[in-house]
Amino acid sequence: MSNQIITVQKELLRQPSTIALVGNPNTGKSTIFNALTGLRQKIANYPGITVERKMGTTIINGVLHKIIDLPGAYSLNHKKADERITYETLIGSYDHEEKPDLLLMVVDASNLERNLFLASQVMDLQIPMLMVLTMSDIADERGIRIQSKQLSAVWGVPVISINARSKQCDVQIKQALVEQGVATPKPFQWNPSKPLRQAVERLDMEWLSKYTQLPARARPIEALRLLAEGSLEDSFYSYSEEGKAKKLIDELQNTLEAQGENPTAAEVVQRYRFIGDSSEGSVTKEQKNEQTWTDRLDNVLTHRVAGPVIFVLVLLVMFQSIFSWATPFMDMIDMLFIEFGAFVGSSLPAGLLNSLLVDGIIAGLGGVVIFLPQIIFLFLFIYFLEGTGYMARAAFVMDGFMTKVGLHGRSVVPLMSGFACAIPGIMATRTIENWRDRLITIMILPFMACSARLPVYAVMIAAFVPDKRVIGFLTLQGLVFFGLYLFGIVMAVGSAAVMKRIFPTGKPTPFLMELPPYKWPNVSSVVIQSLERGKIFVTEAGKIIVAISIILWVLASFPTYEPTASDLADMDTNGQMSEQMLSTLQLNKSYAGTFGQWIEPAIEPLGFDWKIGIGLLTSFAAREVMVGTLNTIYSIEETEEQLGLIERLRSEIDPETGLPKYTLATALSLMIFFAIAMQCMSTLAIVKRETNSWKWPLVMFGYMTVLAYLSAWITFEWANTFLLG
Amino acid sequence: MLLSDARVQQKYEVKQIQGDELVRIMEMGLTPGSICEVIRRAPMGYPMEIKIRGYLLSLRKKETDAVEVSPI
Repeated sequence: MSNQIITVQKELLRQPSTIALVGNPNTGKSTIFNALTGLRQKIANYPGITVERKMGTTIINGVLHKIIDLPGAYSLNHKKADERITYETLIGSYDHEEKPDLLLMVVDASNLERNLFLASQVMDLQIPMLMVLTMSDIADERGIRIQSKQLSAVWGVPVISINARSKQCDVQIKQALVEQGVATPKPFQWNPSKPLRQAVERLDMEWLSKYTQLPARARPIEALRLLAEGSLEDSFYSYSEEGKAKKLIDELQNTLEAQGENPTAAEVVQRYRFIGDSSEGSVTKEQKNEQTWTDRLDNVLTHRVAGPVIFVLVLLVMFQSIFSWATPFMDMIDMLFIEFGAFVGSSLPAGLLNSLLVDGIIAGLGGVVIFLPQIIFLFLFIYFLEGTGYMARAAFVMDGFMTKVGLHGRSVVPLMSGFACAIPGIMATRTIENWRDRLITIMILPFMACSARLPVYAVMIAAFVPDKRVIGFLTLQGLVFFGLYLFGIVMAVGSAAVMKRIFPTGKPTPFLMELPPYKWPNVSSVVIQSLERGKIFVTEAGKIIVAISIILWVLASFPTYEPTASDLADMDTNGQMSEQMLSTLQLNKSYAGTFGQWIEPAIEPLGFDWKIGIGLLTSFAAREVMVGTLNTIYSIEETEEQLGLIERLRSEIDPETGLPKYTLATALSLMIFFAIAMQCMSTLAIVKRETNSWKWPLVMFGYMTVLAYLSAWITFEWANTFLLG
Repeated sequence: MLLSDARVQQKYEVKQIQGDELVRIMEMGLTPGSICEVIRRAPMGYPMEIKIRGYLLSLRKKETDAVEVSPI
């Protein structure tokens, strides 16, 4: 290998610059980003797509620099949306990202060849860079020693080796940037064959340089892509003379074939060949036959029988802990907002503004913050397990089962989180790489019976399902309860199967999932990332949730109700009306009340009356609000056991028939409706954020409402005929 | 033979990759001439876990069907 003289550039860091982190997934790239930026990060979706842009700042020698964490990529052949952003940003033609001034090329030392494949592509773009070797401790364990100096000499860029899990990794990188600087790599160091080089040159000169605006340094690598692809598909830049290009590409492909080269494979094969040859001088491998930690752990954790069992246990521990840790925080948040609302309510003069502040804005904010404990705890677990390498194993073990129902091995954790709350679950689908699998998982996730449905189920079951023993310790009430959970799962699996058929496949992306070596994750990085998830929820979904809360408040508070003489006479209260009755009348006469009456004909087939109709509207804020609304409608004081409400529901008489208004059939129908209907604005808000479009939350709301309506109708008819008939 | 018919704990030389996704598969390091070892299969038979260029990669049936190998 020819050793190069590196031209180091240090002046770049004297002025504010944009530094991009580039590398394969699982290299410790995010850990480095978190170490460099801490909580000075901004995460948002790139416009129009669901790939996240991670940007932050760091100070090196007193100068503030921008850090961009580009999406992890295995190649620059930009087949997937995230890899495409990395590619477009690097060649400086992505409108929504700045062109980086210098790069930190992150390379996993324990997996050098595949990491250098991407690095060699990036180097062809001639951007000043520092190569950062991570995971050398894991390489050590495997008997792999990398001579940084040799590697640096081969590729012509400075190389440093760091431990991304140590607290000091940001210091090491900053120091290296200052002391060793960066260097601009030479293009085509990987020694492409003469025919390939000639083909690239001709495509560059005869078409790319004339009919596109691509910068000169980006054209050779684009030529390689076009030669392999054989078409202009996926070309994101504007071009003219398409016919000319196609003819030229065809001709060049034929020439390559005539010279004994496979145009599709040539680039990849030749890059890997050079990487293999060149690492002979810089990498020494001791033949170690003993098992590594990863091998030993994998023998158990991915075992055919033990693997799934352990995974279920991990899930169990995870959700039990989230539940028991999050609950006190949620109770505290709940209490704080109620107290705060009461304080504001009593310190301001009563009236509309007071009500808007307390029942609209403060209650809405409380409705946002209440989700934070679950989100943060779930993500602490997920990022921790992801960091150890276990999440990939869990996906490996579960994938066979999940593909049978049209999902992905990585769908399991988000779906299970849905039993606590759909919101953290939907946020957790981000670990599913394939967009279609991810979308289907999001779309069925709200069927998992979340904890907000419990109060509704509890009241309805207690009121209308007989407390009969069925077999052994099983009671009918318990069975109905279990049946509702099961029903949610069945609906989820069924919907997934249907969606798998009707959703457009687009370009199929192959399943090639890496199983990274086990390691202890960088804890501060895990914490930073989890807090960032909470921040994203509050800032992006939160504003939608508060806005809808205010709309719901308007619907329940207007038109404002003043008791009339006839109302007072009807009430027979000697001109006095209790506060409870006032709020009952206010709700009944409000827009929400009008809505309930207006919708009554439509929901009558389900066994619902206008009072439940009001509840369907108000419980859009959160499912459990249904119970509170029914309490208000019936002027019942809310108690923990809801005994008053249960009694009241049982004794409600239909004025036309003189029979009980609500029956077992009504209760079953309502519970089935709640099991499926998209009665949760916060879920819709997070779906909007995660799919970066209003289309999917609307589709979700639509199909779930239709399914809920039909199922509740069938249930009501069936129960009336077979249970009560 | 195809990688999907390969046996666990056996080493194979990659001969050729076919199909629409050949570039993607090769980019992960499965180039003709490279050596891979089948490590294990998941509970339902797939994905299959292999060791290639010193790292662990899992593939579903469709991807293993695209890889032609010969035992060594």
